[in-house]
Amino acid sequence: MEEQKLFTVSASPHTKSPVTVQGIMLDVIIALIPAGIAGVGIFGLRALAVIAVCVASCVGFEALFVKLLKKPMSIGDLSAVITGLLLAYNLPVEIPLWMCVIGSFVAIVIVKQLFGGIGQNFANPAITARIVLLVSFASAMTNFTAPKVLDAVSTATPLATLGAIDRAGDIGSQMMAGGLPSLTAMVFGVRAGCIGETCAVALLLGCCWLLVRRVISPIIPLSYIGTVAVLMLLFSHFDLYYTAYELLSGGLLLGAVFMATDYSTSPINKKGKLVFGIGCGVLTTVIRLFCSLPEGVSYSILLMNVLCPLIEKVTAPKYFGFVKKKKEKKAKEGAA
Amino acid sequence: MGSNRPDAILKAVKKGRGGVFVSHHKLTADMETVRMPAPERVVLPMLQHIGAPCTPTVKKGDTVAVGQVIGDSDKFLSVPIHASVSGTVESVADVKLANGTMAPAVTIVSDGEMRLCEDLTPPVVKNKEDLVKAVRASGLVGLGGAGFPSFVKLTVSPEKPIDTLVVNAAECEPYITVDYRECLENSWNILNGVYLLAELLELKRVVIAVEDNKPEAIKVLKNIADQDIDRGNVVRLMTLKSRYPQGAEKMMVLSATGREVPAGGLPADVGCIVMNVGSVAFVNRYITTGKPLVSRSVTVSGDCIKNPMNLRVPIGTSMQDIVDYCGGFVKEPAKILSGGPMMGTAITDLNVPLLKSNNAVLAFSKKAAGFKKETPCIHCGRCHAACPMGLIPTDIEKYALLKDADTLNKLGTMVCMECGSCAYSCPGGKPLVQYMRLAKSVVREAAKK
Ligand code: SF4
Ligand code: SF4
Repeated sequence: MEEQKLFTVSASPHTKSPVTVQGIMLDVIIALIPAGIAGVGIFGLRALAVIAVCVASCVGFEALFVKLLKKPMSIGDLSAVITGLLLAYNLPVEIPLWMCVIGSFVAIVIVKQLFGGIGQNFANPAITARIVLLVSFASAMTNFTAPKVLDAVSTATPLATLGAIDRAGDIGSQMMAGGLPSLTAMVFGVRAGCIGETCAVALLLGCCWLLVRRVISPIIPLSYIGTVAVLMLLFSHFDLYYTAYELLSGGLLLGAVFMATDYSTSPINKKGKLVFGIGCGVLTTVIRLFCSLPEGVSYSILLMNVLCPLIEKVTAPKYFGFVKKKKEKKAKEGAA
Repeated sequence: MGSNRPDAILKAVKKGRGGVFVSHHKLTADMETVRMPAPERVVLPMLQHIGAPCTPTVKKGDTVAVGQVIGDSDKFLSVPIHASVSGTVESVADVKLANGTMAPAVTIVSDGEMRLCEDLTPPVVKNKEDLVKAVRASGLVGLGGAGFPSFVKLTVSPEKPIDTLVVNAAECEPYITVDYRECLENSWNILNGVYLLAELLELKRVVIAVEDNKPEAIKVLKNIADQDIDRGNVVRLMTLKSRYPQGAEKMMVLSATGREVPAGGLPADVGCIVMNVGSVAFVNRYITTGKPLVSRSVTVSGDCIKNPMNLRVPIGTSMQDIVDYCGGFVKEPAKILSGGPMMGTAITDLNVPLLKSNNAVLAFSKKAAGFKKETPCIHCGRCHAACPMGLIPTDIEKYALLKDADTLNKLGTMVCMECGSCAYSCPGGKPLVQYMRLAKSVVREAAKK
């Protein structure tokens, strides 16, 4: 037989969608940019330094780790950049930079890589790192300064002030007395808080980008924020102003849009996503209202991350043609 | 004056979930089907359908004519094979098929005359039983790709009465245009085939399904649906949003009737028959002329083919002859497919015969074939969102590698139709269909024990 050049064989399909992992991650980075710009605008150039250190050390740790373990180089998928950004956005602007490096180490090496790298971690790296930092360096992590545009003094976050409010009394006058920023200031993020969490406009802009590019499904953000809104309404006896305030304060928007939607740590199917979002919402509300901690977003997401496999199991979708099988079973039972 | 029944056009009763948008690349849509002259020789494998292989009924040196039976089987699940050219039997031996398996085959050297076999007469078809017999004798298998013997579909058992025929003209695979051309060029046979089947099978409804991106075909098919006002008023045209895999059997049944075929079941379980539009036209042609399935239409396309076109080719013609007839390659192809890009089979070389169920020969360069590097799963859920069967391919992959047949069963592994939507949409380029096949084999192995 004459020699013949063979064509490539592989399993079908023989065409692939143009969406790549790198493309998805790039979209997330784009979506995170407005919040970063807002953070630097509100808190000054030091915010940029924090962001830079976090991103650089996350990427650095990832590169180092996969090099050491001789795994294929994975920083090209850009996921480490996102972890860095998210970590920075969850830190107060005055945090010592070496703590950023420690946070990055926890996020990339301990939470992500030790569990097998991208897609394998069961908890969100940035959130876990934040909580580790929060537990280890409580004072540095809660040293919030007022926005540069006002004057840079240490101050309580609106959420902390809110936490002191007696919800049975007249909420409105108490909020006045607490010296809280105006609702407009909250919408634009001119308030004390972490670097990337304050500017609602920027976060929602990013959210729109993710939805338009179909990177995330709206289920988790909507059910998360919706649950918090409904519960807060109930608790405040339908005080709209207060509820709006709750939604805009703390890291709720940042968490609901960018962290609770993290692929590896949230359920794949629609029903699971809904349960996950509602669960996050309930936990956040409970922590904010009944625990001494003012900020519940990170803890709630982390807790739901841990529950994710269970949720996926319980909400497993019915596959096509499944209905009939059930009926058959019933019929069999009926006959027996 | 075309009648304007407002209800002649249906919308899908129920929309299936999942699916993906795939670019169409229907390069050959406007090209009239060209009849390819008889090749020098044809190779006719004895297994061109799902089921039992045929036994050759001719031997080396025999003279055969077009349409003459050269292989048959007494097993139920089989259809006869007919000579597709006239000439002399050169050999009866094993050959390699497109999917890599070996099968016995009859090779015929053409005398170039395409002399029709004299015994061919139109069958007398008066009732269901005649129809089933005739369709078996015609050698028809589903022309849409699966190769399931058509007569089996038409065999209606009393426990499972059939009320609906879905004529599939959706053609959701990219590149392929044979069904579309069939609609435009062969509407007379489709029309009569539809009535014939509706009458003999006493159907309550015939739904002709087509994707809404084919206005020309819709025009023709609408005429067909309009014609039947005085013949029982059973035919409807259904336009579907173009989305892959709209044309899959179970999807068709769901869109046309809202019924969900149970896992492990067939359309017949919910009172439906799904037939490809080309098959319907062929049934009518066979019943009027008596000429069995000896040729078929194929789309020859892809970025490496010099002159992409729709061809009418004698069955058993080698892929090499087909490509040569279309002017050969303009650039080095990386992949040759028999069938469409989503479900077709990649073949190693062109020296394989065209089978009854092959609807396309596609040649792609490396760029067009969409090679993607495989990277780890990021748990993004795109595969699950794309799966029309509602499966979670990434989970199934995991349990397939663990060889956990029980869990795989619970996850519904066996309803996977290997449509490829999951692998198409995976950003990590994972060969999910390969894993699905592995998972199915794990389940089958376990069932055997
Ligand atoms: S190939 Fe199977 S698992 Fe993948 S989308 Fe199609 S039916 Fe679903
Ligand atoms: S589409 Fe690919 S990357 Fe996404 S969950 Fe499925 S297998 Fe994983």
